[in-house]
Amino acid sequence: MIRATHEIHERRKSRNFGVGLSLAALIIVVMGMTVAKVSTIGPGSELNDAYRLSVDPTVPGGSE
Amino acid sequence: MSDINAFDRPYEPTFKDYFDLLKPRVMSLVVFTALVGLLVAPTGVNPVLGFVAILFIAIGAGASGALNMWWDADIDAVMSRTAKRPIPSGRVTEGEALGVGVALSGLSVMMLALAANLLAAALLAFTIFFYAVVYSMWLKRATPQNIVIGGAAGAFPPMIGWVVATGSVSVEAWLMFALIFLWTPPHFWALALFMKDDYHKSGVPMLTVTHGHDATRKHIFVYAVLLAVFAIAMAFSSIGGPIFLITAVILNARFCWGCWGIFKRTTEAAKADEYKTEKHVFRQSLWYTLLHFAALLGDAALRSAGLWDGWL
Repeated sequence: MIRATHEIHERRKSRNFGVGLSLAALIIVVMGMTVAKVSTIGPGSELNDAYRLSVDPTVPGGSE
Repeated sequence: MSDINAFDRPYEPTFKDYFDLLKPRVMSLVVFTALVGLLVAPTGVNPVLGFVAILFIAIGAGASGALNMWWDADIDAVMSRTAKRPIPSGRVTEGEALGVGVALSGLSVMMLALAANLLAAALLAFTIFFYAVVYSMWLKRATPQNIVIGGAAGAFPPMIGWVVATGSVSVEAWLMFALIFLWTPPHFWALALFMKDDYHKSGVPMLTVTHGHDATRKHIFVYAVLLAVFAIAMAFSSIGGPIFLITAVILNARFCWGCWGIFKRTTEAAKADEYKTEKHVFRQSLWYTLLHFAALLGDAALRSAGLWDGWL
C-alpha cells in the first residue's frame, strides 16, 4: 500500500531536517564566500588588471 | 528487497548521532586554536573568508574523528570511556561513519582551498591523513609512542589558521604546533593512568600498559618540564608578549607542580584516593592549552592597539 507519508519519514524526520538545514547552510556559506571573493577583486587588484589588459586595447599594454 | 521496510533497523539514527561522530568537544578546541592561529598572523583576512576557513578546518577535524571512530570501533566498544560513542552503542553503523568521514574530508579540503589557499587545504588533508591513517591505523595499536607522534594531528590546526592568513608556514606557526605537540603526551598519559584497565582490556599499547604506571609517571613529569621550558621561551617570540609570559609562568608552574605530584605518587596511593591527583592534572591540562592560546590572542590585541611593540 502506498501512502503519501510512510512511517519511515516520521522516524527519519530529525535526520532529514538536519541534512536539509546543513545543505541550506552550505549554500549560504558558498554564496557568502563568492560575494567576499568578488568584492576583494576591486579596481587595481592584480586579477582585475590582468583581465583588463587582456580584453581592453585602450589600456596601455593591452592587446591591439 | 524492494520493500521500503527493508530499511527497518532497531534504532533509527538521529542527526545528532551523526554529529557525535565528529567528536564535537575536540572540534571546539580545533576551532579555537585555528582561530588564534589566524588572528595572531600579521596579515588580515576577510572576515567572511576567515569564518568559512575556520568552519571547514573544524569540519575536516570532525571528519578525521569519524574516520577514527570507524577504524577503532572494536577498541571503543571495550573501553568504558568510549563505549557510548555512536558505533559501539549501536546508533550508527561502521559503514555510515566511514561514509560521513570520507565525504566530509573531501568537502572540507575542497572548501578550504576555495576559501583560503592550496597550502592550507593541503595541510588540512595531511592532518586528516595523519590522524586517520598514521595515528589510528599504524601507530595506535603498534607502539607506546602512539600518542607522542599522533599528537601532531591535534597540533596542526593553529598552523593551518596561520597559513590561511599568510599563505605560508613560518617559525610562529611551528611554535604554536610545538606547544600542542609537547602538551599532548602528559595530557593523555594522565588520562591513561586513571582509566585503569581500559587500555589493557582493549590491547592498545599505551605507555601505562607496556611500561607500567611508574614509568608513565616519570614520562609525564619529564614532558611537563620540557613543555614548561618551551612555553616560557615562546613568550619571547614575535607572537608572544607580556600576557603570554605571565600566563605561561603561572600555568606551567602549576602544571609542573601537579606532574611532580603524579611522579612522586605510587599506584597504591593513587588507587587509595581514586586517582585524585591524576584527575586534577588532567582537568588542569584541558585549561592549559585554552589559556595559552587565549594569551596569544591577548598579546596580538596589545600589538594591534599599539600598546606592545616587542621585547626589543
